[in-house]
Amino acid sequence: MEILYLLVPLAMLIVALMVVVFFWAVRSGQFDDLEGPAHRIIMDDDRPDISDEDKLDKDKK
Amino acid sequence: MLAKQDAECFHCGLPVPADTTYKVYIQKVKRPMCCPGCQAVAQAIVAGGMEDYYSYRTENAEQGQELVPEFLQQTLAYDLDAVQDSFVRHNENEAGDIREADLILEGITCAACIWLNERHIAALTGVKNIVVNYSTHRARLEWDNEQIKLSKILEAISQIGYLAHPYDPTRQQQLFEDERKQQIKRLGLAAVLGMQVMMIAVALYLGDYFGMEAQYEKFFYWISLGLTLPVMLYSAQPFFRTAINDLKHGQAGMDVPVSIGISVAFAGSVWSTFNGHGEVYYDSVVMFVFFLLTGRYFELVARKKSAESADALIHSTPAVAMRVENDKEKMLPVAELKLGDIVRVKPGEIFPADGIVIEGRSSVDESLLTGESLPVPITVNGNVIGGSINIDSPLLVKVEKLGQDTVLSGVLRLLERAQTEKPTITRLADKTAGWFVLGVLVLAVGVAAYWWGHDGAAWLPVTIAVLVVTCPCALSLATPTAVTAATSRLTSQGLLTTRGHALETLAKTTHFIFDKTGTLTHGQLDLQSVRCLSSASRERCLQWAAALERSSEHPVAKAICHAAETNVKSAENIINTPGAGLTGMIDGEQFWLGTPSYIQANTHITVSEDELKRLRDEGHSVVALADSKRCHALFALGDRVRDGATELITQLTLSGLQVVLLSGDHQQTVEAVARQVGIEDWQAECLPADKLSAVKTLQAQGAVVAMVGDGINDAPVLAAAQVSIAMASGTQLAAASADMLLLSTDLLSISTGRDVAKRMMWIIRQNIIWAIGYNVIALPAAALGFVAPWMAAIGMSASSLIVVGNALRLLRKPSK
Repeated sequence: MEILYLLVPLAMLIVALMVVVFFWAVRSGQFDDLEGPAHRIIMDDDRPDISDEDKLDKDKK
Repeated sequence: MLAKQDAECFHCGLPVPADTTYKVYIQKVKRPMCCPGCQAVAQAIVAGGMEDYYSYRTENAEQGQELVPEFLQQTLAYDLDAVQDSFVRHNENEAGDIREADLILEGITCAACIWLNERHIAALTGVKNIVVNYSTHRARLEWDNEQIKLSKILEAISQIGYLAHPYDPTRQQQLFEDERKQQIKRLGLAAVLGMQVMMIAVALYLGDYFGMEAQYEKFFYWISLGLTLPVMLYSAQPFFRTAINDLKHGQAGMDVPVSIGISVAFAGSVWSTFNGHGEVYYDSVVMFVFFLLTGRYFELVARKKSAESADALIHSTPAVAMRVENDKEKMLPVAELKLGDIVRVKPGEIFPADGIVIEGRSSVDESLLTGESLPVPITVNGNVIGGSINIDSPLLVKVEKLGQDTVLSGVLRLLERAQTEKPTITRLADKTAGWFVLGVLVLAVGVAAYWWGHDGAAWLPVTIAVLVVTCPCALSLATPTAVTAATSRLTSQGLLTTRGHALETLAKTTHFIFDKTGTLTHGQLDLQSVRCLSSASRERCLQWAAALERSSEHPVAKAICHAAETNVKSAENIINTPGAGLTGMIDGEQFWLGTPSYIQANTHITVSEDELKRLRDEGHSVVALADSKRCHALFALGDRVRDGATELITQLTLSGLQVVLLSGDHQQTVEAVARQVGIEDWQAECLPADKLSAVKTLQAQGAVVAMVGDGINDAPVLAAAQVSIAMASGTQLAAASADMLLLSTDLLSISTGRDVAKRMMWIIRQNIIWAIGYNVIALPAAALGFVAPWMAAIGMSASSLIVVGNALRLLRKPSK
């Protein structure tokens, strides 16, 4: 079980890295809007089928 | 076919008035619209190829406003460099004139609005980047000033039905933002390290059962210590700081036992770690810190929301004014105005400062400050208040008071004072809780002293067992979990709680005080009835009246035009006498429309006094229509009572509460509304100070007052009442100082709120009884040394779970 003396400090290192990344994320504004992105992902910016129809409609006019 | 079925406006969801023909093709279907405003907005959205908005949205949009040229002129002012100075950042790294600004968007109701705004604005040439923050309703905009002006962007936003103001973050706001970021960091750190400590704790628990080599146990102790230290030093800081503050002021808040509990548990664990034997409680420490921080974070977010609405209000007062000097007009920032300057204020504009009218006649909408629903006529030498709106015709105003000296700032200061007065009541509640906490602490010290004397080796484990077993977990969770559950239950019903104490106080309320305008009523002038006095039909009279009023922006005119709807005739040679009435030619005949005295002065026709009195007693303002021979009709205009107002008052009265109506409006109007909704105790023509003293008088008699209102004039009263509920559709500032916000249009949510608050208090009582009962059994057992620390930990967790589970019952809607 001596391997624990290597694995546990290694885990601590990863934890320290996590904390650093997390703090960076907070500072760079990743947590400023916690609601918007969840909705944003389901709204397509461009739906080819719709916009093509629109173009056709406009052409007709 | 759809038009008949959907009586709701497809855009904003308001009912479509009968006989309207506003329609827009959306997604290949003809959709009904309630007004030209919504129609224009919907058309703009469709024309931009953004019909998807209607499939994505989860809430209706706000009713579209027809753009007034005055509004567009205001936005033009935002192009001036002097005005931009305060809120625009210049980006010098890139080529061209790249500028960046934050905007506040009004009218955002759901996530689809964000999508709509981003797509619409990003499509404009010259816009480099736009990102809208859904939580704060703020947009960060980057544009090339050589290609597009800011006013064009603001105009584009208004075309799709939103209003944008430049946002200039105050220092206070900046501090708030930093505070929130720090809280997230504390919470994140406690979560990440807590998980590691728990993982090691599981290994240690198992080691207790199955045996573990001493060297590994020791190693794990040290690792746990290393992981817990940052949590103690960084994450738990706020508790220690408040606890030290409390102790300095001689009080014992919940943070004191929390701090002592985690410090002692931590110190004991460190002691065991160094000695190599004994128990460690690192897992309890980190988990406790993590759970408490989570609660605090949600509290902060709710507070932040309310602070933002106040911020929006400050920025909705005008940023620019039109100064007149030697017959020349110059647009300049309000901040540059000086006392004695002459400013021109056009109809529809907001007065930039307090002043005296030196030229012109008009009427002024002061509803923001006085709650008075009808415009006040004003002539030369009349005083105008900054923040009120000019309605009829242009005025020249000499600036008399600026900035801090204005009436508006005065009201704001009144509000501030009322807010600082508030904590005295809250502190009292804290004190009672403090005594209990103190008792627990004294007991722990006693137990430690007793065991120190009797069994030196056992004193620490026993004291820790006492502290862990009585660790105020269940006690301190008893209230907040119930409050959180009740809060989220009410939020789903459209009643938002912004202060922790609100529900607690609402349950104890004895008096409900209502404001009239905008609270029990819609706060908008509407045509209530038409009294025909000649052979002409109601429709015909309305058409005549609408023809005269069509070009006017006066609320009376709007109400009449709105009611007339179709086949409006056209009138010529219209002459307007502000504050009295107007006259014009329709089909070659002259008509007069205005106050009865105006009619009498111009046509020598007297309007029947009885009829007038009857209508006025109902609380309506009366406008008469006449031609040169006879009076055709009387139009009764008034403010419509909200749906559900009568039921709400009935429910509140039935539960034995005193309901009072305090309004700044006229005697008759208030009386009529009071009678209609069934309030017996009412008072009219109240100034903000009168309302405040009425509340204070009631409080002095021992009443617990809940104030429901809206409007700036209500803000001090809202703050003085023990619990305040503001209509979120109303003035934003009232919302900022209120304990609860009613977001839905359903007034009955208020009585639901009271029911839930009462159930919450009952559940809190159950929880506290449980927590105390548990302590009464567990505490002596622990004090006598029968409880091992691990048993104490399990007992504490189980007790907390029961408390949380009990609180969750509040989320269920009661079956009727």
